[in-house]
Amino acid sequence: MPMDWIMGLAGGALIGIAAAIYLLVNGRIMGASGIIGGLVDGSGRHDRGERTALVAGLLAVPGIAALVMGGAQTQLTGNWAVIIIAGLLVGIGTRLANGCTSGHGVCGISRLSLRGIVATAFYIGAGGLTVVIFKHLLGVI
Amino acid sequence: MRILVSFLVGSLFGLGLLVSGMTDTTKVQGWLDIFGAWDPTLAFVMGGAIIPMAVAWRVTVGRKPVLADTFPAPPEPKLGRNLVLGSTLFGVGWGLAGLCPGPAVASLSFGGMGGVLFVAAMLGGMMIAPKLRNRLDQTAVAV
Repeated sequence: MPMDWIMGLAGGALIGIAAAIYLLVNGRIMGASGIIGGLVDGSGRHDRGERTALVAGLLAVPGIAALVMGGAQTQLTGNWAVIIIAGLLVGIGTRLANGCTSGHGVCGISRLSLRGIVATAFYIGAGGLTVVIFKHLLGVI
Repeated sequence: MRILVSFLVGSLFGLGLLVSGMTDTTKVQGWLDIFGAWDPTLAFVMGGAIIPMAVAWRVTVGRKPVLADTFPAPPEPKLGRNLVLGSTLFGVGWGLAGLCPGPAVASLSFGGMGGVLFVAAMLGGMMIAPKLRNRLDQTAVAV
């Protein structure tokens, strides 16, 4: 178990360093939902190249690393209805709130942004409640 | 050059998500599962990411980005209905599947059909969101 925590801390540091480089060099916030959402709804038309390059790295490098390491597992549920509903909610929710775990969580909390802290409290609270209801009460997930 | 930096940033971000175990949905759901076998890994990931980023915010004071003119302005400290409602909807989806936008993209190459389906639904949700926001803004007052 503690090995997982050490890997969590190390991986977290990589995420934080990535966000720090994006801020200090490009002057931008590394928020996954904002970067992807801007490509999808057209609001990020003016810096499409940068967004696409970031998403390309985010997609390709873990794929290559997983191959080198001998595979990786997401252990995602096999219930397609749950997957589709969850995906829709994540897409709508993060864009409505203007941020997700990386934008509000990592980038917001680190600058003590009230919005980031409140958003994080709500998505963790709602996520915890969802797991309690759908796993322990209904047994769906 | 900015494009190259963006690719490097995405690469580090993805590698960090994989190394930290955040592309494994059971670790995320384990963190949210306070009444089950609670898994605190996500707190270590958040802590590990917030520390370098907090240093970076300090460094921005009185300076300019290397390849840009200005740093992003601090957001208005306004909370509002969209922030609360959006974060709540996001949290429900996050709890159901154990995926948020970063790890969903990072795990796309090895997440099988389910992973592809999740990302497709997420992109669909992101497409609907601006219309929904307009609709919401026209009705009632903010919280």
